[in-house]
Amino acid sequence: MPHTHPETELHNPQSAKPPLDPHLKALENEAIHIFREVAAEFERPVMLYSIGKDSSVLLHLARKAFYPGRVPFPLLHVNTGWKFQEMIAFRDEMVEKYDLDLVVHTNPRGATENITPFSHGSALYTDIMKTEALRQALDAGRYDAAFGGARRDEEASRAKERIYSFRTPDHRWDPRNQRPELWNIYNGMVRKGESVRAFPLSNWTEVDIWRYIQAEEIPIVPLYFAEKRPIVERDGMMILAEDPRLELLPGETKREEVIRFRTLGCFPLTGAIRSRATTLDDIISELETATVSERQGRAIDRDQAGSMEKKKREGYF
Amino acid sequence: MTAPAIANAALDETTAVVAFPAQEPARATRDTRPLRLITCGSVDDGKSTLIGRLLWDTKAVKEDQAASLQRDSKGKQNDLGLPDFALLLDGLQAEREQGITIDVAYRYFSTDRRSFIVADTPGHEQYTRNMATGASTADLAVLLVDARVGLLEQTRRHATIATLMGIRQFVLAVNKIDLTNYDRARFEQISHEFRELALSLGVRQVTAIPVSALKGENVVYDGRASMPWYDGPTLIEVLELATTRSAQTVGFRLPVQRVSRPGESFRGYQGTVAGGSVKPGDSVVILPSGIVANVTKIVTFDLVRNAAVAGDAITLVLDRQVDVSRGDVIAAIDSQPMTGLAFDAQLVALQPEGIQPGKRYWLKSGSRRQRVQVQPASQLDLNSGKWNQTQELPMNAIGKVHLAFDEQAIFDTYEQNRTTGAFILIDPDTNNTVAGGMITAKRAALGGIHAEESRVILSLPADLADQLMATEIFANRREDAEVRRVTAAKAVEIIDAIDG
Repeated sequence: MPHTHPETELHNPQSAKPPLDPHLKALENEAIHIFREVAAEFERPVMLYSIGKDSSVLLHLARKAFYPGRVPFPLLHVNTGWKFQEMIAFRDEMVEKYDLDLVVHTNPRGATENITPFSHGSALYTDIMKTEALRQALDAGRYDAAFGGARRDEEASRAKERIYSFRTPDHRWDPRNQRPELWNIYNGMVRKGESVRAFPLSNWTEVDIWRYIQAEEIPIVPLYFAEKRPIVERDGMMILAEDPRLELLPGETKREEVIRFRTLGCFPLTGAIRSRATTLDDIISELETATVSERQGRAIDRDQAGSMEKKKREGYF
Repeated sequence: MTAPAIANAALDETTAVVAFPAQEPARATRDTRPLRLITCGSVDDGKSTLIGRLLWDTKAVKEDQAASLQRDSKGKQNDLGLPDFALLLDGLQAEREQGITIDVAYRYFSTDRRSFIVADTPGHEQYTRNMATGASTADLAVLLVDARVGLLEQTRRHATIATLMGIRQFVLAVNKIDLTNYDRARFEQISHEFRELALSLGVRQVTAIPVSALKGENVVYDGRASMPWYDGPTLIEVLELATTRSAQTVGFRLPVQRVSRPGESFRGYQGTVAGGSVKPGDSVVILPSGIVANVTKIVTFDLVRNAAVAGDAITLVLDRQVDVSRGDVIAAIDSQPMTGLAFDAQLVALQPEGIQPGKRYWLKSGSRRQRVQVQPASQLDLNSGKWNQTQELPMNAIGKVHLAFDEQAIFDTYEQNRTTGAFILIDPDTNNTVAGGMITAKRAALGGIHAEESRVILSLPADLADQLMATEIFANRREDAEVRRVTAAKAVEIIDAIDG
């Protein structure tokens, strides 16, 4: 039994949590190892923080990795301007509570050219407000490593990602020519201008994320829990209808439904699900019997075949 | 070929499975860590199809994924009316265009009994590096062979690399058995041939299974209807019972990743325990300096630990102010790794330029990165199993090399410790990873043992040697001493070699 600690763990008096099971413990250890390795090898690391559940787990692991010190790199939030309002409030609360450095970047084209998910369509909008914005922010900060919360179980091209994913100076990913990655020895050597995207959650699945959030009592945005909320049905998706910028199209009506979100992005592009899950227990049992995948509710994956791979090649996370 | 009636029954069963994906997704029990496995073998042996079938039959494919799979499979559907399972795995556009697997895909699935991480690795020789990538972390290898074709050079290459990387559990999946009319003699002939190969590689744990990945026979569901002559386990049964790589039993090892100094009052050394265990009060040695200290605390985020074992990411606090930096190794004082300037290793060359003799590469092992010169000595002939002398190692070659360092290197043998015995080579010109290697032994310093005229060999009983090495004075001068634990016969061999 290599990974058990019979009677070896003495709890802090302030913590009443039982020890993690070996499965989650192994994933946690791996992620902490990656965090420390990147922080030690790169000059200017940054952590992408998108305020979703994976980001919340990522942040928690970062705090664990560097304890008792503080997180030794800034968090970068690429704000499209179309996030759920609750997400922004939650972000500011976390930054305050955990004494974090936060960098927020919005592509200036958004305001000057009035780019919205409605006016430009989801593909172009994502390209400008997320991919281009991310590249701007990474260049501005001269970051040579960026942590992301991507998991290989999310999508077919994600499954091909290395834990250290090498990028050229113009942020391109070449999936056909990735560096071999053996054991847990990561090659962090880059030239000036080149960078690495590091993915500590690569080997986690959606259920692992939720079980870890439960076990570690990690705070998450309340939108993940079911509640009666105003929605509009559009393109087969239930969109949250609380932002005044959402204009109803002819034939659309606003109504209230008990819903929650399985994944959070920009509110006009993220579909809610009907759910009665109001606790973490509910969410986990809902997931364990779910018949559709997590990304089913994300419009941007469906723009065209190989959509995610194409976006990733161009610098999307 | 007309399928026998009995196969049609199996076919109906399979088709029924296809109609209802994800009806009852499995709940994994979490009392073990996930089993990591690779699938390997030659091109077109059906690896992606096999994994696709595993995912499908364990209900890991969700409805929306099944729908896009059905959509993407158009025109490629086989005569069973099944979707092209390989498309679940080959997610890159280039892979779909060419119908081959280029890069490792990692997939996750579970049954009621355990969870799995599977690395689906490419069969093409030009992508051997990606197979090695998958093998380095795997507990078990599933080798596929096309029942009609039998063992190929690529099968041997993959079995050899997997063995070098320390995999000791093999499943031989004799695939496409349906296309041989479920020929039992053919299955037994291939299994026999593979067992011979495995034995020559030193692997004893081989389970051979006749499989039709396409029809789903002996993958998750048994194929008794078509193969009444086979009464062994299905693939999933073998995987559920396989063991994960055990934690190494040699002494405590902590490669130092980072020094944590959040304030004047705290100084801790952060890293992942790479072997053995540690507890407060233990005496440790810091290498390469040889300084000795005692552990006072093991710090983690929410627990005060009174012990840590291999795999734990921890922060270690010592009882005195010592100079420790990234790349150092903190080790048990009574069971130390080898330090020295020259080592022997086996490696797999991963890039088109191969390994160039005498070139100075970067070597990274644990958190330690240093310059090294690599001298190829021999290359493995995959067909004969013989090591032939060589000066160069081309891409995909498996070779034995000598490593020469400018400053002290710190290693265990790979056999004793999979972390402190493994390394990668990085080309300083391109920054690319050009080889993965495994330490086999320490060598006398360059120039040969004869050059060291002042060398004295002391032969001591093991317990006395241990006691001596544990003293502080010896630990501080351990660069001057080399401890070898050898059998009497080996000692005679060494002494003979020194005598020339």
